[in-house]
Amino acid sequence: MAAIDPIQNKQLMSHDLDSFIEAQGSKSLLRFITCGSVDDGKSTLIGRLLYDSKLLYEDQVEALKEESRRVGTQGDDIDFALLVDGLAAEREQGITIDVAYRFFSTDARKYIVADTPGHVQYTRNMATGASTADAAVILVDARHGLQTQTYRHSFIVSLLGIKNVVIAINKMDLVDYDESVFTNIQNAYQNFAQKLGFEEIAYLPISALKGDNITTQSENMPWHSGEALLPLLDKMDCSNNKLAQGFRMPVQLVNRPNLDFRGFCGTITTGEVKVGDDVVVLPNIKSSKIQSIIRGRDSVEQAFSGEAVTLELEDEVDCSRGDMITAKDARCEVSDQFQVNVIWMSESPLLPGRSYFIKTGNQTLAGVFTALKHKVNVNTLEEEPAHSLELNEVGIVNLGLDKPIPYEIYEHSRELGSFVIIDRITNETVGAGMIKFSLRRAGNIHWHAPDVDANARALIKHQRPASLWFTGLSGSGKSTVANLLEKKLHARGKHTYTLDGDNVRHGLTKDLGFTDADRVENIRRVGEVSKLMIDAGLLVLSAFISPFRGERLLARDLLDDDQFIEIYVKASVETCEKRDPKGLYAKARRGEIKHFTGIDSDYEEPINPEIELDTDSFSAEECADQIILHLEENGFLNAPD
Amino acid sequence: MNISHLRRLEAESIHIFREVAAECENPVFMYSIGKDSSVMLDLALKAFHPAPLPFPVLHVDTTWKFREMIAFRDHVTKKYNLDMHVHINQEGVDQNIGPLTHGSAVHTDVMKTQGLKQALNKYQYDAAFGGARRDEEKSRAKERVFSFRTDKHAWDPKNQRPELWSIYNTRIKKGESVRVFPLSNWTELDIWQYIKLENIELVSLYYAKERPVIERDGMLIMVDDDRLELRDGEKVEHKKVRFRTLGCYPLTGAMESEADDLNGIIQEMLIARTSEREGRLIDTDTSASMEKKKQEGYF
Repeated sequence: MAAIDPIQNKQLMSHDLDSFIEAQGSKSLLRFITCGSVDDGKSTLIGRLLYDSKLLYEDQVEALKEESRRVGTQGDDIDFALLVDGLAAEREQGITIDVAYRFFSTDARKYIVADTPGHVQYTRNMATGASTADAAVILVDARHGLQTQTYRHSFIVSLLGIKNVVIAINKMDLVDYDESVFTNIQNAYQNFAQKLGFEEIAYLPISALKGDNITTQSENMPWHSGEALLPLLDKMDCSNNKLAQGFRMPVQLVNRPNLDFRGFCGTITTGEVKVGDDVVVLPNIKSSKIQSIIRGRDSVEQAFSGEAVTLELEDEVDCSRGDMITAKDARCEVSDQFQVNVIWMSESPLLPGRSYFIKTGNQTLAGVFTALKHKVNVNTLEEEPAHSLELNEVGIVNLGLDKPIPYEIYEHSRELGSFVIIDRITNETVGAGMIKFSLRRAGNIHWHAPDVDANARALIKHQRPASLWFTGLSGSGKSTVANLLEKKLHARGKHTYTLDGDNVRHGLTKDLGFTDADRVENIRRVGEVSKLMIDAGLLVLSAFISPFRGERLLARDLLDDDQFIEIYVKASVETCEKRDPKGLYAKARRGEIKHFTGIDSDYEEPINPEIELDTDSFSAEECADQIILHLEENGFLNAPD
Repeated sequence: MNISHLRRLEAESIHIFREVAAECENPVFMYSIGKDSSVMLDLALKAFHPAPLPFPVLHVDTTWKFREMIAFRDHVTKKYNLDMHVHINQEGVDQNIGPLTHGSAVHTDVMKTQGLKQALNKYQYDAAFGGARRDEEKSRAKERVFSFRTDKHAWDPKNQRPELWSIYNTRIKKGESVRVFPLSNWTELDIWQYIKLENIELVSLYYAKERPVIERDGMLIMVDDDRLELRDGEKVEHKKVRFRTLGCYPLTGAMESEADDLNGIIQEMLIARTSEREGRLIDTDTSASMEKKKQEGYF
């Protein structure tokens, strides 16, 4: 029996225990899941890995041999499955009903294997095992080829965000190590897997029972040139380049033992952090700097993704469990409405409209599934209409939370895009969810017939209503000038209202994204709301990039000619990028935001704006005064005739 | 930068401690004095540094622990200023329950399992940290990190809560509790590596020393006090021995060893061919015995 024994060999060779321990301690960790149909041999494969890597102790091997004789299914041979089927109920039934975690190591890596059940009624257990796995080994019985379960398991694995998979075509010994059997299955799977978004798929013919292509290349299959399973896993690259995403740490706990110390505890999910870094606490957008970093009992200068740390901030900012500390120039989104994938795990079905507890990585919230879009047939991947989600079903659902949370979509971050669903009565974990994207949904529209006309409303306000439409690049100063102008007008007793991305995106245009169609709809709505407010007699300040002339014309056309004042807030892209108050240019440069105006999307300058402000040369104060002057000169700050 | 597997395990354990501190009302740290407990305590202290441990520590004393263990417990309590609760099942003491008179099964059930339930009921703990690892034993390989217990402290292995990512459901009803295992994903080798790396203090029983032992039922049993009466043909010998696991001294087998420092222990462990729990008598009944004990409320 081919057996490697990395631990002993190395130790006997070197005699240098300290350096050996150091080498052991600095190995990387790979977590993988094994899955496949009921009799595809998952437990046998893991038993084989443990046995071949000599990680079984003598007494375990003796107990295994004894049990193999007593209840095994392999005659006089060792039944490796007995090693891993731990619960008594499982051994009696000869199946695996729960996730078992197993540990072994090679020279290169430490491994944690999640051995998961194959039956459809244990889909939830499989999802549990997949949720923490970096890679998946999907077993296929060479005699039976791809089965419904192969499709389902592959789908669950891809749904849970695993990008690296090994398709291990097992029991090759029972098909005489026939290459054509392997090739046919490989071709069929390649065809199917196109829909799944895996990044790396390796195909491997094996026999877990006989040990072919497990630790070393099989002599029985010289036609297969690829590496055996263990060397393949040793070299697998599952890093997901987390550094590029910028620093994020969900605050798990506030540590305040006395008045002199206030530390924010959490695990860094992405990026790295250094003392002195500028940070922002979300969702309330409070800025500060990192004052100190504690890891274990040590104060450190820098900490990395994956480390559990305690951070002190320089300022007394409001920050508690559930918040997120992020890099100032790479902060993440905040929302309370999402479209999500849900795997349902309870006997009582998911019902839209019912309230559940939603637990994210660092807080528990109340949530309601507002709409069940459809469910996915886990065997065919087809979408089907649904009114409820039953046990082990997967669906696309809209979720509303009782407060906004900082988040990433699941595809970008497992830690920041995932949640579990808890029944409020039984406290059971009834489902698992993954954020697909944030929703922006419009509220209900109520129309009240006017009893008093626009002129009458304007009269008692001593002003002539108008839409002051600020357009310009992100960072040009639209909001700053609008804000200042509103203060000045307010001080003069004028009735104003400001519409900007910050307030309309939370409600009015919640359901809209950044496609061209959505941008147009966004401006149409803002234009319509401005129209109503002008009807109410207000001076409406609208601050939107609104890069396209067509959109601005749309807003203008909704109003009377003299009610629309286009204000071009002019600043060069270089200036705006230097200011970058929301860190958006940095994100766009990294490719995290597509179609960003000024970077990879055009801004069409206004041809004949009513007012043009040069924020490169003039201060916000001066710009606001320039507008006031225009308003005075054109009679907007007096009652209409 | 990718952090090493030990740092990943460390961070995972710290995350678990903090999650319990944030969400549970009345947690307790189950302290068994052994190496796993020592590592777990070190991780807990790190999770909340510079604050002291935000929960009490509980030791269920069966009255048959090695004397060196009790001395070490008191030393650690003082060193870290722990809020240490020691619980002894007084009913068991009154009935003179012991491993030598009643056998390991009855002794463990009364003094350990029942004693633990008494303590949990008495102080109404809603979460109890334990040092169990998934690599120790087959039924533990399938246990959750947050393992739900009914108000009778029973574990239902077939009805465990799904546990995804690092999101832990801590919600329970009054009277129910969770057992929390921050070391779930550590292996024995990881534990030893971490002890060395972080220079964690251990009870001296792990290091080989000349100790008085007898041979009984194929195991070397240390004569820790005069309650251990010699049977016919048994005689006390002084051998250089150490212990791989610790428990009640009449139930814990010693191994002959020259390893009197950490490197020696790790070296011996690396070439050992006998799994850790073999030194514990309680496992030897049936292959599913641990699962059965856990269903009944054993930690």
